[in-house]
Amino acid sequence: MIREFTKGILKENPLFIIVLGLCPALAVSTEVINALGMGAGVIFVLLGSNISVSLLKNFIPEKVRIPAYIVIIASFVSIVEMVMKAYTPDLYKNLGIFVSLIVVNCVILGRAEAFASKNNLPRSVLDALGMGIGFTLGLLIISLIREVLGAGSITLFPIKAIGFNGKIMIPWISSYSFKVFAFASGALLVMGYIKAFIAWYGSRKIDAAKESDSTGSKPEAKSNISVEQAE
Amino acid sequence: MMTFIGIMLTYIFIENFILTKFLGLCPFIGVSKKVDSAVGMGFAVIFVMSMASLVTWMVFHWLLEPNGLEFLQTVTFILVIATLVQLVEMIIQKISPPLYKALGIYLPLITTNCAVMGIALINVQKNYGIIESLFSGMAGGIGFLLAIFLMSSIREKFETEWIPKPFRGMPIAFITAGLMALAFMAFDKALLNNLLG
Repeated sequence: MIREFTKGILKENPLFIIVLGLCPALAVSTEVINALGMGAGVIFVLLGSNISVSLLKNFIPEKVRIPAYIVIIASFVSIVEMVMKAYTPDLYKNLGIFVSLIVVNCVILGRAEAFASKNNLPRSVLDALGMGIGFTLGLLIISLIREVLGAGSITLFPIKAIGFNGKIMIPWISSYSFKVFAFASGALLVMGYIKAFIAWYGSRKIDAAKESDSTGSKPEAKSNISVEQAE
Repeated sequence: MMTFIGIMLTYIFIENFILTKFLGLCPFIGVSKKVDSAVGMGFAVIFVMSMASLVTWMVFHWLLEPNGLEFLQTVTFILVIATLVQLVEMIIQKISPPLYKALGIYLPLITTNCAVMGIALINVQKNYGIIESLFSGMAGGIGFLLAIFLMSSIREKFETEWIPKPFRGMPIAFITAGLMALAFMAFDKALLNNLLG
């Protein structure tokens, strides 16, 4: 049972292993806060659609299941859109059309079709949470690499109480940043090197995916390679 | 006339859907191994994107807006696109079975191609008229075809070249796309202004 949850985070990470849902992932990964906002939206929609599809699986006719799933997903996306517009207008503006584009995120339709339509409710919930968190973590890694190297900062939520404006500046890199990471090509390059790193790591150690403590070392090791290549 | 040329150039080169906006990456990486199927996919996307821009424009401006139903935008757009894709699928299956076979699972995936949904949303966002929407859809599709054609031509060359083992397959495809995106940065707004005066 717990495997349904953990598989989405490591073994079948939607971004890095199955490579689904790339479009929004790469586009919004310029700032860490965008990645977190996007991740939260995707987790909510994934959870909602997996729950609905899993509950309705016996009522949806086989022939029209894809349109039915799409309508379910689109409804949840509309909810996310309205909530974001009302409560976090800045984030909504940053993410732009990519909030609406969660609806065409292949991860969500893929999970509805491949998992939720065949499994019961608790399993589907765990699967949605695992996949959603895996997606968010992947997004977080990409955006951290891109923002730290591309702009020399880490943008988070501003907290007024302690006078934190939401931006952590990294001393040296912020004045000598690798601009290429902030541009479109940077996202693709980072993604390519992460995929290559995973392939290399996987071939070196086949059972690496089972070790949960291996995730921590990924971002640092990754960024070193990217820096060398950028120079 | 100038605005139409401007829109075409913008969406083909300056704001190329794949290389600057990351819309439609899944099929771009998935179907770009062979030039034939890449070009087939490209034309399918051109057709679907032009039709989708046209139909979603009509739905939005004649149906949703007068009735104050703008919040249904996401739901209706995706349904319109899904129907269109189904239509294209049936047409291709009838006219060209080999192409249908080559495109395989990626044809239904045009439904979840962000580029198609993206152009529909951008048309609304930028307040384009009906003809401008049609042109932007077509140009977006042509930009997709251009990018996927270049990409598949490069990837066919990879088959005979030696590539370090961890980079084989997808990683090198991403890095190629990244370098292509870098090259496409040469096209910018200033260039367009110089061209059109």
